[in-house]
Amino acid sequence: MTATGIGAAVRRKEDFRFITGKGQYTDDITRPGETHAHFLRSPHARARIKSIDVEAAKAMPGVVAVLTGADLAEDKVGGLICGWMIHSKDGSPMKMAPHPAIANGTANYVGDPVAVVVAETLDLAEDAAEKIVVDYEVLPAVADPAKAQHKDVPQIHEVAPHNTIYQWHLGDHKATAEAIRQAKHVTKLHIVNNRLVPNAMEPRAAIGEYDAGNESFTLWNTTQNPHVARLVIAAFVGMAPEHKLRVIAPDVGGGFGSKIFIYPEEVVCLWAAKRAGRPVKWVADRSEAFIADAHGRDHVTNAEMAFDADGKITALKVKTIANIGAYMSTFSSSVPTYLYGTLLSGQYDIPHIYCEVDAVYTNTVPVDAYRGAGRPEATFVVERLVEVGARELGIDPAELRRKNFIRKFPHQTPVIMAYDAGDYEASLKRALELADYKGLAKRKRESERNGKLRGFGFSTYIEACGIAPSQAVGSLGAGVGLWESAEVRVNPTGSVEVLTGSHSHGQGHETTFAQLVSERLGIPIGNISIVHGDTDKVQFGMGTYGSRSGAVGMSAIVKALDKVEAKAKKVASHLLEAAENDIVFKDGKFTVAGTDKSAAWGDVALHAYIAHKFTGAQLEPGLKEGAFYDPTNFTFPAGCHLCEVEIDPETGNVTIANWVAVDDFGVVINPMIVEGQVHGGIAQGVGQALLEGVVYNADGQLVSGSFMDYTMPRADNLPTFTVGTTVTKCPGNPLGMKGCGEAGAIAAPAAVMNAITDAIGSENIAMPATPAAVWAAIAKHHKAHEAA
Amino acid sequence: MPAVKLIVNGKPVSADVDPRTLLVQFLRENLRLTGTHVGCDTSQCGACVVHVNGKAVKSCTMLVLTADGADVRTIESLATGEKLHPMQEAFRENHGLQCGFCTPGMIMTAVDIVRRKGNDLDEKTIREELEGNLCRCTGYHNIVKAIAAGAKAMAT
Amino acid sequence: MYNFTYHRASGLRQAQNLMGKLEDAKLLAGGMTLLPTMKMRLASPANLVDLDRVEGLNGIELKGRSLVIGALARHADVANDPTVGEAIPALANLAGMIGDPAVRHRGTLGGSVANNDPNADYPAACLGLGATIITTKRKIPADEFFKGLFETALEPDEIITKVSFPLPKKAAYMKFRNPASRYALVGVFVAKRPSEIRVAVTGAGASGVFRVPQFEEALKKRFSPKVLEGLTVPADGLASDIHGSAEYRAHLIGVMARRAVAAAAE
Repeated sequence: MTATGIGAAVRRKEDFRFITGKGQYTDDITRPGETHAHFLRSPHARARIKSIDVEAAKAMPGVVAVLTGADLAEDKVGGLICGWMIHSKDGSPMKMAPHPAIANGTANYVGDPVAVVVAETLDLAEDAAEKIVVDYEVLPAVADPAKAQHKDVPQIHEVAPHNTIYQWHLGDHKATAEAIRQAKHVTKLHIVNNRLVPNAMEPRAAIGEYDAGNESFTLWNTTQNPHVARLVIAAFVGMAPEHKLRVIAPDVGGGFGSKIFIYPEEVVCLWAAKRAGRPVKWVADRSEAFIADAHGRDHVTNAEMAFDADGKITALKVKTIANIGAYMSTFSSSVPTYLYGTLLSGQYDIPHIYCEVDAVYTNTVPVDAYRGAGRPEATFVVERLVEVGARELGIDPAELRRKNFIRKFPHQTPVIMAYDAGDYEASLKRALELADYKGLAKRKRESERNGKLRGFGFSTYIEACGIAPSQAVGSLGAGVGLWESAEVRVNPTGSVEVLTGSHSHGQGHETTFAQLVSERLGIPIGNISIVHGDTDKVQFGMGTYGSRSGAVGMSAIVKALDKVEAKAKKVASHLLEAAENDIVFKDGKFTVAGTDKSAAWGDVALHAYIAHKFTGAQLEPGLKEGAFYDPTNFTFPAGCHLCEVEIDPETGNVTIANWVAVDDFGVVINPMIVEGQVHGGIAQGVGQALLEGVVYNADGQLVSGSFMDYTMPRADNLPTFTVGTTVTKCPGNPLGMKGCGEAGAIAAPAAVMNAITDAIGSENIAMPATPAAVWAAIAKHHKAHEAA
Repeated sequence: MPAVKLIVNGKPVSADVDPRTLLVQFLRENLRLTGTHVGCDTSQCGACVVHVNGKAVKSCTMLVLTADGADVRTIESLATGEKLHPMQEAFRENHGLQCGFCTPGMIMTAVDIVRRKGNDLDEKTIREELEGNLCRCTGYHNIVKAIAAGAKAMAT
Repeated sequence: MYNFTYHRASGLRQAQNLMGKLEDAKLLAGGMTLLPTMKMRLASPANLVDLDRVEGLNGIELKGRSLVIGALARHADVANDPTVGEAIPALANLAGMIGDPAVRHRGTLGGSVANNDPNADYPAACLGLGATIITTKRKIPADEFFKGLFETALEPDEIITKVSFPLPKKAAYMKFRNPASRYALVGVFVAKRPSEIRVAVTGAGASGVFRVPQFEEALKKRFSPKVLEGLTVPADGLASDIHGSAEYRAHLIGVMARRAVAAAAE
């Protein structure tokens, strides 16, 4: 390991601009002649738009354009699509309803764009929007996914009877049912996985610009995957041919999934820019983000786990209703299916699993991937069942887990996944030591003496990251491949630019990717630039989500570096007048084996370009190589999170007394950055468990529509975390890496809820476990106790 | 349009403004000091924190006209050329940032905490003092560490 | 934000004149509630009279047996002022719990009291301490000042100049925060005064801050948390929302009251 190579906690290269206020986020960019867009959004969850009168708005000062869904249709701008085809168990394809960027005819959720005003300033655009007269016929709506399929509920889209998008299943129904019938004990749970708002701190923003001279568009956009945005906007929305659309994702202030998707606003900014002949900028207000950004989670599940007399899990059966919202967002269909059902085996050797998922439309904001996407929901089901099962069977939760851990790899689960490597016992053991599990009883007694309740919760999770290979995901319905690209450009002076299809919006790629190059080429990381987020610079890429940038993105860089090294050796062989096979490259130096003849990296780089030592017939000049890397499998990070809580029974307030996380991410490039990812993930998971939850009322009005009503985790809600790692190398990629970005969010909710239910002695509480909810659960439990 | 005159990062500035111009808008749009960010509309996230007459305020909840005559300091004024302020250095050293969006407000708040609470800050104090600053990336773990370290470094 | 005409008052008299003269005018003090409300386009005053430059309204002084605080005193000033800390530590403590540090640098006592947000902290202190709200026109006892949700006894052109808090023998404020907004979900201010005992509750009332006579009666016999055990406030008439049912708030009033009495008795 070098000071800046693999495994070093290198301080981040990107930090200087962020800590000095010099970051360039989309809203920081101003284009000449820029105008400002404001969207008028439906205040109703479901309403027929009888008419829209925009004349008064158009006459307002500073107004450049007022556009509606009818204008969009007239210009033949295509709708938004969901890019993953799921088939129902009867073989029928999912029921994808048309999704115009601006509602035309019917508005289907509170927040559905109804018109856009483009004006000289945002204030003027907002002033004008109030002059638009929309005649709505308010229609009955449904917001609760559990009710969406009921007979008396209105049908939202013509294509989807009973609001059902698909009825998907996975696993062996018969064998699972049989195993449950024969079980010694069956643990049953009803679980609501609460709906969340991603709330990256940078609100979404877009600037559309049209160059009439070149008939080309540029979109500056808060996106995690600029190339996918370009592809969809070109191929499906039909805004411009792909080669006439440039998408730039500048500094992006967090994503957590919510900036993967192709949204109405960016499409409209591009379209309006052409109509208006001026750049059009839109920046979401925070409260607007609550009704414009895809939400996450929102599952209603009934699950059963069967055990034999020894506490061995014999079967798992899961039935889930997944809320997709009013329209199918870009990857919405895959989240409650292939990112969920396939993870239901957890860390356990479960012979029979059967999972059914009904995806439903409701009159709510579309739901799509949010940090973890499907895997937190799966982990919550499995880890709650195991914990409750342990309590019901009277077995220590750690012991029950040990009995059921998968110990031989590779392991084929009954739900598609083939786990490649892992050591679940190791992470559990290490975590229990760090958490002083032995001292728990004493700590519980101390809390009791102080009038408090103390609880301890486990979550031994698994996740699947770096969704791949492309051929396999294609067979499961994915509309895209899930490889990654890289291009390594060596300059004549020896400095290096790496163009990557991954995108960094907080993950620190400018540092970790440079560490890899530094290690491989033996050059200082200061001589390496990582270039990403611009479709004019990077040829193509799949972007960053699903904890894929290390395992997939960096593997592509490795592949390109292999090619660069091979070519450089050829150059060196001419420079050093030796046979290519005799050239050894080590620590940034090319040496002729068995001699003291050598050339520095910079010399070879220069000679690659001046080409004085070889002819064109012998070798092509230059030193630049590209690679596309398609993995052979997912990676399977896993670990153990332990949460200890103390509850004030008088108020229901929950304090996290201790948090221990021991994760196995395979080979770690930068431990400082990886730990940071774990911290952030835990905070979001704790947020889901304790604080965050979207509330819609029965009419589909969003009740938790701003930070005043939606609780974001604050510094004083969280403890200092104890974070450790264990390592089993991932055999599937050249660096042995697994993903680390989502682990905390996947593991944490179950750990928190297992701790709370341990403390209060009742399983009867849903997330978020707010003080009010905890107090009510305690009161209910006491009442039931007294009655019994 | 009413006129406003103030000192921003040591330089006098003046402009005629729409009365509804917020201090943060003035900084970002008129002065192009885009290091100060807007992360919410309910005065909760703290991405917009600047110092007005030496005290941390949320620049999204102050009219620039109210700030007339004031001395305003933004994140852009902390470093001296390449030389970082000890609190900036501490954020980098302790990995107190990921996406960077909340960071300017966090750092301006942190400097203000030190002004009020001194250089020896315990974890509980720091966490409580960060009530008005939201971060979605770091889980606050490293921000808390960074502020404790930065506070110490500011003493020397 | 809707547009408005901005007026910078240089003195109290000018502010009062402007308020009397201008149509649909609002006073801007710290702006911690008004500006967010205007940004959301939920308020649209045609005129805004900014008090920021008005001098002499931020004093804090002990006058006989009362602590008199200027209406423009910022929350941070009240929280950190040694005179307040000495005379009524519960008030300093309460001011230090409002909003967050940056909000406390701007928000003012007068602004909070005049706004009478049902979840704000200061109204509980005013009512709990039996304060007098002093305006450009008159002196209004707290018992007559708070009239319901965002409603006060203030006339349109009347400006709060000071609030006079009689010194209690003992007092404490306990706040259970709304997890999201951090306003009071339930805040209970308890004061043992020479003449009486007051228990004032904010956050929980469907129509704003209120007193709890049955708690006050019980505490009169003995100022101890023990006497409140078993006493409850009916949930009827209390606020109920996604953060807490009326029943939960009723329960918390008891809990916070007991804790406040315990803290005050220390």
